[in-house]
Amino acid sequence: MAPTLSSTLIVMPALNEEESVRNVVLEVLSKLPGIAVLVVDDGSNDATADEAIAGGALVARLPFNLGVGGAMRVGFRYALENGFANVVQVDSDGQHDPASIAALVAGLDHADIVIGARFAGEGDYSAKGPRRWAMVVLSKFLSMAAHTRLTDTTSGFKASGPRAVRLFAEHYPAEYLGDTIESLVIAARSNCTIVQVPVSMRPRAGGRPSHNPLKSTAYLGRASMALLVAFMRPPVTLHEGNPAA
Amino acid sequence: MNVASYIFGVASAVLTLAVVIEMLRRRRLRERHAVWWLIAGTLALIVGIFPPVLIWAANLVGVAVPLNLVFFVSVAVLFLVCIQHSAELTALESKTRKLAETAALQDLRIQTLEQALAEKPTAIRPLPSRGSNRGASTSKSGSR
Repeated sequence: MAPTLSSTLIVMPALNEEESVRNVVLEVLSKLPGIAVLVVDDGSNDATADEAIAGGALVARLPFNLGVGGAMRVGFRYALENGFANVVQVDSDGQHDPASIAALVAGLDHADIVIGARFAGEGDYSAKGPRRWAMVVLSKFLSMAAHTRLTDTTSGFKASGPRAVRLFAEHYPAEYLGDTIESLVIAARSNCTIVQVPVSMRPRAGGRPSHNPLKSTAYLGRASMALLVAFMRPPVTLHEGNPAA
Repeated sequence: MNVASYIFGVASAVLTLAVVIEMLRRRRLRERHAVWWLIAGTLALIVGIFPPVLIWAANLVGVAVPLNLVFFVSVAVLFLVCIQHSAELTALESKTRKLAETAALQDLRIQTLEQALAEKPTAIRPLPSRGSNRGASTSKSGSR
């Protein structure tokens, strides 16, 4: 497992996470000593970048907020330019358990993308109402596109193998929800194999998930829209064995 | 139609065209953005000088009230301009985003290089003489 982990880059998009980012970086480095951690500071106006450096991470500072998609693009481009084969996306709020990273990377042996799924039997994450329906609808359609059963497609805990990194460095969507929905559609249509492994989620270190029914309904609408548009777009081509492209 | 309204129609069209052409001339407007305004201004001028053309065109496409054809064409032109602007905005946003990504990556690279320099100051120390300058630039590209 060691050679795979040494060519793996942990990417953490962070927006105003000064309270948690240092501890999350420290925890990742203690569970996986020597692994490269890149925190992408997505235009924070607090001490996120300094805290991440204090924790021992590399930090790329975006001059303004681009959203998770834009931050991940920086991560994928950095991985490609610096010879990392795999990228693992980890939230900087401490929701993702670093102990599961090894399982995700191990899954890359026979898949291009490994999703850490919350509803796959482990952990106690739950969602209700329109948000839950949105997740079910998304899972149905994306499972169909990926030819495999995916239960948690909105998870931000994902590992991407070399093919996916090459694809995403160029084509990762930067729009709202693009980082979860459209990225999977792009990958599935470029014949990347997608699998999921069960992971447990911890409660967020700071902030609460929204349970406002109006917001959840808006989320359902925007997610459906994103899904529809993603399928309507022409498929992108992955340049095989041409990392410089 | 009296003489005053005839002159008013022609003058408005000429003014529109003059503004667009002057802005084009001063490079405050690119051709690709001016083309719809030029088409609209030219149509307004033709109809302003020869009002029967409007009646003829309305009969041709089966519009009972010729004035409605004017409204329809105006809305169509405005619609196309709006769509074009939305598309340009999308393109500009994506360019800005790419620049921001590149800036972040280069910032990180400078940080890494500065750190390497601080830890090993003798490795790539720029000296005023020409020979060592060349040495510094090769070691920089070598660390990439």
